[in-house]
Amino acid sequence: MQFRHKIAGGDFANAGKVASSVKKILRQLNIDHTISKRVVIALYEGEVNVVAHAYSGIVEVEIDESRIRITLTEKGPGIEDIEKAMEEGYSTATPQVREMGFGAGMGLSNMKRNSDSMKITSTPGEGTVVELINNIRANAG
Amino acid sequence: MTIKDIISIIDGKVFCCEDRVDNSVEYAFASDLMSDVLTVEKENMLLITGLANMQTIRTSEMSDINCIIFARDKKIGEDMISLAKENKMTLIGSPHTLFYISGELYKAGIKSVY
Repeated sequence: MQFRHKIAGGDFANAGKVASSVKKILRQLNIDHTISKRVVIALYEGEVNVVAHAYSGIVEVEIDESRIRITLTEKGPGIEDIEKAMEEGYSTATPQVREMGFGAGMGLSNMKRNSDSMKITSTPGEGTVVELINNIRANAG
Repeated sequence: MTIKDIISIIDGKVFCCEDRVDNSVEYAFASDLMSDVLTVEKENMLLITGLANMQTIRTSEMSDINCIIFARDKKIGEDMISLAKENKMTLIGSPHTLFYISGELYKAGIKSVY
């Protein structure tokens, strides 16, 4: 199963819509609750990052029997220093992002904590790609 | 403790999903920082917050939080109520401070997540 959604930079009212629809799909597919909760939290933080920092973004979700792979590809200023961006507490968020309850420098670390693998590649001045993979445990019985 | 009992302790006003006030809650987390809420793994937890916007409801949706208490009579928008209804969340407003609400609920037996 594969689908994609567009996200507009700055569209705070709709941040989380993609995670919400993925949550419903994972429930329909009867994916383990602990796994699906981690996936939607990582994706939601990713969406908030796109809305907060990028001009536009695309979320691609691929689900097969062994894993859920999410790719967030965004056009934006990019990340100069990924290692620094990963540090909890480091943030370049605007006051507007903070007013929404985010921007405390926890987004990327929350995404990492809630995924089995996270890869970030970024080109300053062009944009950032984040790939999140969560494995689906084989159901015992 | 039931949501109904909680409402009476904090002089709460229910904005939606009043039919779910007989459900009970075991834990509470108080924060205005949604990324912090997203780190909590407990189930059966309510959120006490001063942040009243769409992301409060979205965060609760992702965290499976079914009840939110808004401190200090924050304005609850129609868009928030509609999303909360869709997710079967009870939204409660209280005139009291976050500190007072947390203190009273802790005293009454609601547990902290850590």
